[in-house]
Amino acid sequence: MSDTLTPTATEVPDYPMERDGRCPFAPPAQMLEMGEVKPLSRVRIWDGSTPWLITGHAVARELFADARVSVDDRRDGFPHWNEHMLSTVNKRPRSVFTSDAEEHTRFRRMLSKPFTFKRVEGLRPAIQQVTDECIDAILAGPQPADIVTKLALPVPTVVISEMLGVPYEDHEFFQHHANVGLARYASAEDGQKGAMSLAKYLSNLVEAKMANPTEDAVSDLAERVNAGEISVKEAAQLGTGLLIAGHETTANMIGIGVLALLDNPEQAALLRDSDDPQFVANAVEELMRYLSIIQNGQRRVAIEDIEIGGETIRAGEGIIIDLAPANWDAAAYPEPDKLDLTRDAGQQLGFGYGRHQCVGQQLARAELQIVFHTLLRRIPTLKLAVPLDEVPFKHDRLAYGVYELPVTW
Amino acid sequence: MKVVVDQDKCVSSGQCVLNADEIFDQRDDDGVVILLNDSPPSEQAESARKAAAACPALAIDIEE
Repeated sequence: MSDTLTPTATEVPDYPMERDGRCPFAPPAQMLEMGEVKPLSRVRIWDGSTPWLITGHAVARELFADARVSVDDRRDGFPHWNEHMLSTVNKRPRSVFTSDAEEHTRFRRMLSKPFTFKRVEGLRPAIQQVTDECIDAILAGPQPADIVTKLALPVPTVVISEMLGVPYEDHEFFQHHANVGLARYASAEDGQKGAMSLAKYLSNLVEAKMANPTEDAVSDLAERVNAGEISVKEAAQLGTGLLIAGHETTANMIGIGVLALLDNPEQAALLRDSDDPQFVANAVEELMRYLSIIQNGQRRVAIEDIEIGGETIRAGEGIIIDLAPANWDAAAYPEPDKLDLTRDAGQQLGFGYGRHQCVGQQLARAELQIVFHTLLRRIPTLKLAVPLDEVPFKHDRLAYGVYELPVTW
Repeated sequence: MKVVVDQDKCVSSGQCVLNADEIFDQRDDDGVVILLNDSPPSEQAESARKAAAACPALAIDIEE
């Protein structure tokens, strides 16, 4: 191969890319520019390799659903997040996140029971109550109040704790370790420490529930350990995934979602004034599209050659599907930079797509629908207590959001 | 309209029930799709199509 055909450091952009502080809701500008040229192109990641970055909505959807695309992080060419993830790849048990096909289906079905549409519908009164209690406390407390600590974190944390059977009084412990584990550029050592502590915590909980089961998701997993279907380590891994994904992601979406609504008062008014559950549901889909908080991309590796979008992804090449530019693809969503709660956002990719699409998506939807609508109704005069450019954004976390959100009313 | 589901492909996302709860349900234990009506009336055709398009596992086929 001649030198001219080898991608060089100067032509292949580095990934991940940073969002522009002046447009805090927008995906990184460079990614949007790449997406305007073609729906997939090569990027360079931390280890010097050059996987494909998918920025187009249609191509992202197609690859998410393609059985020739694997999530198996032990395969050669898999584009790991960072050094920690590579160095521990053989220490982590196979999980719902890293298995394909039938093995994945087996794990996935063990987790799905609490998250069916109807089960989640049944939780709505409980979610509403937690939300109302948080808002009562905000209204009774001093101004300014921080939406993150007073509302965004406690609502999903209380809900997922009850669902899993994790004692809520341990929330500071698991929130802290979930945070360490979600640092975007975690060193091998820090990432390891956070993951180990949580794994140990969940292992202990699984063992406790094996002896004394209760009505919750960790007890369901413990039952499967008792039945010899999975090991304690696998059960702990699955439980850890639910615990982290169950509060951290929704919490960030609430925090930055409230900010986006405050920044678009005419859209907030539409949501506040609507009594139509369909409108409220679609508003949440649009907020998911607009904010696309999961950073660093969904990592995959091709197991066969795939022709797509005018390119050939070769077997063994890494694939990174970034949800943010795909959700801002003008071909799918005209004027993607506008938050428009009236547009049909039904095909938004904020929860991913394909067989690995978010297990907890129906729960997240219910929480977000209830929290945004209730907050806007109960505190209609809500406003930001600091200028937008003083709000601290989570550029350094896997889940984007705000560290704090001071508000007055 | 004829609706066909593939339970082996299903990943229990619940997107079918969200879009068309008169046509689809989920098993209590693992959330796998249950087809309630394989020949929905024409007024449910649009929601059936939406459910098929939203299914992340491509487990729903619609024959018009």
